[in-house]
Amino acid sequence: MVDLTAPPVTLVRPSVSDRKRTPRFRVPRLARRLTGPILVIVLWQAVCSAHVFTSFELASPVAVIDAGRQLWAEGALQSALAISLQRVVLGLTLGVTAGVTLAVITGLFWVGEDLLDPVIQAARAVPILGLLPLVIIWMGVGELPKEFLVALAVTFPVYLNTHAGIRGVDMKLVEAGQTFGLNRWGLIRKVILPGALPGFLVGLRFALVGCWAIIVVAEEINAQSGLGYLIMQAQTTDRTDIMCLCLAIYAILGIGADAIVRLLERYLLVWRRGFKGA
Amino acid sequence: MNAIVATGVRRDFDGRNVLDGLDLAVDDGEFVALLGRSGTGKSTLLRILGGLDPAYEGDVLVSERRAVVFQEPRLIPWQRVLPNVSLGLSPARAKGGRDGLHTLAVGALAEVGLTDHARAWPVTLSGGEAQRVALARALVREPQLMLLDEPFGALDALTRSRMHVLLRELWTRHQPAVLLVTHDVEEAIVLADRVLVLDRGVITVSAQVTLDRPRDPGSPGFTGLRGRLLAELGVVTAEDGP
Repeated sequence: MVDLTAPPVTLVRPSVSDRKRTPRFRVPRLARRLTGPILVIVLWQAVCSAHVFTSFELASPVAVIDAGRQLWAEGALQSALAISLQRVVLGLTLGVTAGVTLAVITGLFWVGEDLLDPVIQAARAVPILGLLPLVIIWMGVGELPKEFLVALAVTFPVYLNTHAGIRGVDMKLVEAGQTFGLNRWGLIRKVILPGALPGFLVGLRFALVGCWAIIVVAEEINAQSGLGYLIMQAQTTDRTDIMCLCLAIYAILGIGADAIVRLLERYLLVWRRGFKGA
Repeated sequence: MNAIVATGVRRDFDGRNVLDGLDLAVDDGEFVALLGRSGTGKSTLLRILGGLDPAYEGDVLVSERRAVVFQEPRLIPWQRVLPNVSLGLSPARAKGGRDGLHTLAVGALAEVGLTDHARAWPVTLSGGEAQRVALARALVREPQLMLLDEPFGALDALTRSRMHVLLRELWTRHQPAVLLVTHDVEEAIVLADRVLVLDRGVITVSAQVTLDRPRDPGSPGFTGLRGRLLAELGVVTAEDGP
């Protein structure tokens, strides 16, 4: 028997998340993304103001900004930044070109894959900084070795991800292209390369982080200019504020580079409608 | 004239025989449906006819201008609808060059009723819309032979019957030879002039469909043919069951 005195089943509004559907106001995305870094800076200043470290051990954000102003007035900061940027841009261009070219060769041709891929994988396993002494012997201490090291650091992530992107292109789309009369070049241009674009962009993001890590070391060891050189100079003169300034600049450049790739993704991958996060 | 002449077609996959000396002839402008249980090699045959599988034995001749519609729309996700329709067509060889090609593609989209979606991304289309774009992409080539590989298999019943009407209209207007691979007996009888059954690597039945159009699935002629075809496919129907 059905018990008619039983309480009725409770009904709920259907929703998969606990959140209210429309928040009363939305914080702009940029502000949301800036909150974290700003909190870190505030914490950094608080730690310094409370004298947890001496000003020699860790310079406060205020001291760093002062150092920045001073170096800017002298013109040292602009020139160091300019030369480092130039090295990175040149190395990046070289590395991206090399990485994409290699990925296309190994991605499209089995002969290329069999011949080149093991060599690239082995080369990738060699720590780039271990090459430094050899590179100095080969190329001296001019601009070339620095750009070469950056290019090397960029080539591998771009190669790996672009190669995976090419191999991941849906075979069904390639077949469709073939049946509808695309020739080999048409297939590469219209199906395979655009299909590999998401992979390439992932590689580019890795590369943009990696190239700054390499340039700073390359500049600390053998250079008379650049941000890394500025850090080394600061070490000999015990200027913690300048060291922190240079590190902060690297961080800002890193965020900037990431933002550029995000922008590229938004523009180049408009055709994708993926889950963008709640 | 024939749109397809295939003789003694044989195809093995790692020692497993799928097509075993199959013969098939389809006339110009003829609408043929090919039935078969799953795994009997329907798609294998279609891929051979479409030039996607060169590893067969036997002799296969097909019309020069042919187009394929697959079970999935297979639109290029990073191209909008219109360039998807004109995919692989060269403006240099089209009548009227780039403008001519554009007009042609827009015309094909209009025939499937999707003019408004010319600039849409494929990902935003519904299943039925995407498959109509795939039809337009086949049509724009003015094919002498259309190879359809279960093109409506993934669609809901309502959309599917709309697509049947559309396909029949397009066929009446353009008169290509059609080979429609399907596992849906009713779909085959509703659309085709001749229904084939593929079994154990050869064609075992070739039945001319002489029913008047539009074909009523409830009419005695229809149910009779359906029962016969289902029996050939090894399905026991309620009427002639024990």
